[in-house]
Amino acid sequence: MMSLFALVDCNAFFVSCERVFQPHLEGKPVIVLSSNDGCAISRSNEAKALGIKMGVPLFKIKDIVKKHKVHVFSSNFSLYGDMSSRVMETLKTLSPSLEIYSIDEAFLDLSFLSHHELFDHGCHMKALVKQWTGIPVSVGIGPTKTLAKVANHLAKKNPSGCCVLVDPQQIEEILKTFPLQEVWGIGSQWSQKLSQFGMNTASDLVQADPGWIRKTFNIVLARTALELKGVSCLSLEEAYPSKKTMISSRSFGTPVTSFDMLREAVSFHASALAHRLRKEKSKASLISVSIRTSPFDKNGIIYSNSEVMVLPFASQDTSLLIKAATSGLEKIFREGLSYKKAGVKVLNLSPESQSLPTLFTDESFDDSPKRKALLKTIDRLNHFYGKGSLVFASEGFRKTWVPRAVCKSPSYTQRWDQLTTVG
Amino acid sequence: MVQSKNGFQKLKVGRKPNPIPTKAIRLPYPLVDKLLKFKEKHGFEELYRKDIGEIFRGKSSSPFSIPLFQSRIQAGFPSPGDDFKDGSLDLNEHLISHKAATFFVRVTGDSMTGVGVFPGDLLIVDRSLTPTSGKVVIAVLNGEMTLKRLEKSKEGFLLCAENKSYGDIKVGEEDDFSIWGVVTNVIHSLL
Repeated sequence: MMSLFALVDCNAFFVSCERVFQPHLEGKPVIVLSSNDGCAISRSNEAKALGIKMGVPLFKIKDIVKKHKVHVFSSNFSLYGDMSSRVMETLKTLSPSLEIYSIDEAFLDLSFLSHHELFDHGCHMKALVKQWTGIPVSVGIGPTKTLAKVANHLAKKNPSGCCVLVDPQQIEEILKTFPLQEVWGIGSQWSQKLSQFGMNTASDLVQADPGWIRKTFNIVLARTALELKGVSCLSLEEAYPSKKTMISSRSFGTPVTSFDMLREAVSFHASALAHRLRKEKSKASLISVSIRTSPFDKNGIIYSNSEVMVLPFASQDTSLLIKAATSGLEKIFREGLSYKKAGVKVLNLSPESQSLPTLFTDESFDDSPKRKALLKTIDRLNHFYGKGSLVFASEGFRKTWVPRAVCKSPSYTQRWDQLTTVG
Repeated sequence: MVQSKNGFQKLKVGRKPNPIPTKAIRLPYPLVDKLLKFKEKHGFEELYRKDIGEIFRGKSSSPFSIPLFQSRIQAGFPSPGDDFKDGSLDLNEHLISHKAATFFVRVTGDSMTGVGVFPGDLLIVDRSLTPTSGKVVIAVLNGEMTLKRLEKSKEGFLLCAENKSYGDIKVGEEDDFSIWGVVTNVIHSLL
């Protein structure tokens, strides 16, 4: 049975999520901003037509936004995460195996279908996701993951929203005009280097000698070339290796100069990571704190530093992580600077069931049922009353450093008091 | 130190006296297991305050955040009905067929009071169901969401209100019209 993959990806995903609950935004220019209301990370087709490029900072397009009444939203990741789960659950009903590639993309195994059924199945997938979740998607189908991605790219230009590339002659024709930098796995650096050798289209890469590709570049590019030829080298990854690190970091809404404010931010991140560790049933043995000033500040001093702290034993306890992160912060904090971003990272994660007792330290406090019950209660209360209802005092009360999110939409699918309403 | 029978002083041995007087009783083994588990989890202080029925809980909470119905297993000896138990009642299972396509919406208007939908009610909306004549739906008409009963005829679609104060809306050819979802249940609080 020949391998067949479908790549399903959501069109302008964050914008589409907002449109499901505000249908009057259909056909209008809409953008969603990154964390701290920095850059445009999702744009509707109408916004793209106005010349708003991916990742453009908001301040650069303020005039376009005002003139054309572009609708601007702060990112609402709790909504997007929930909508993404819904899309993936819907796709799971359409294929025996599914690989969630990113928040808005998934690969499906379609090898159980025959070639003449593929287009109809692709259109059916698109229609089903649109009906069940309201999210418009594009479907690309091919014999390899890389070709499925090529097909998906073409599907976006196709009114049906679906493209099937299984006929070898058709594939050859398409690849002759398909630019190399659009191929999955080939970034701007490699495409530049390849163009130095006179290779600009996917077809050029396919015709090159595999041995030469491996020697001049590496095995990854050689694999990509094989995939473009129709030889499947990458299979669906259904089981994910457990996370090795977790990061929580945010840019500040207004620059921070005091140690106390930085400590609040760092405690907040440490607390968020502790919560995530407990949710994933993991413990961390290393924690790293990083702070930096704005890299764009022409007048101030540019400073960035980080410190790694070793925990006495693998832990998921909030107060231990806060203590460790704070002591790390004490080492790298410099007086008189204007900080723009702080972050905390936990490393060396291990499953909580695997934690071994240590010789020199007393873990019984961390592991005691009372302590565990306390943390579990805090998690449950925050889940019920809303994130951030109950926090450790070191996280601060006024939190003037929180990232800006001026135009955030309600949590339509996760809070009872923020549901969509209808008359 | 206590005085032993033959005059030697020896260290006090044996169980330390309990401040609260204790009594030895006989219990069937299944009950002993449950009580020991409870003690491990909550401690016996809880028992002094709660009634015995609360120790033995029913099914633990489901992952969905809708409040669910918990059935209390009767305390006491293993029930002869244990072998015939049918399973526990779960509101999630009862109300939600397609989790990925189910959304909750709050009602603000009174155009559907005739079918028992009042302002403040909670609607369970299933987007996966096919909208057919007679079903209560959330429709999107020219960008606005509206709650109405759907009627399909040869002339086209009609969005019917269920309240004499409101008129029915005829969907014209120039109108931008789509169905957002079919309302399956309405939760109306009587408190």
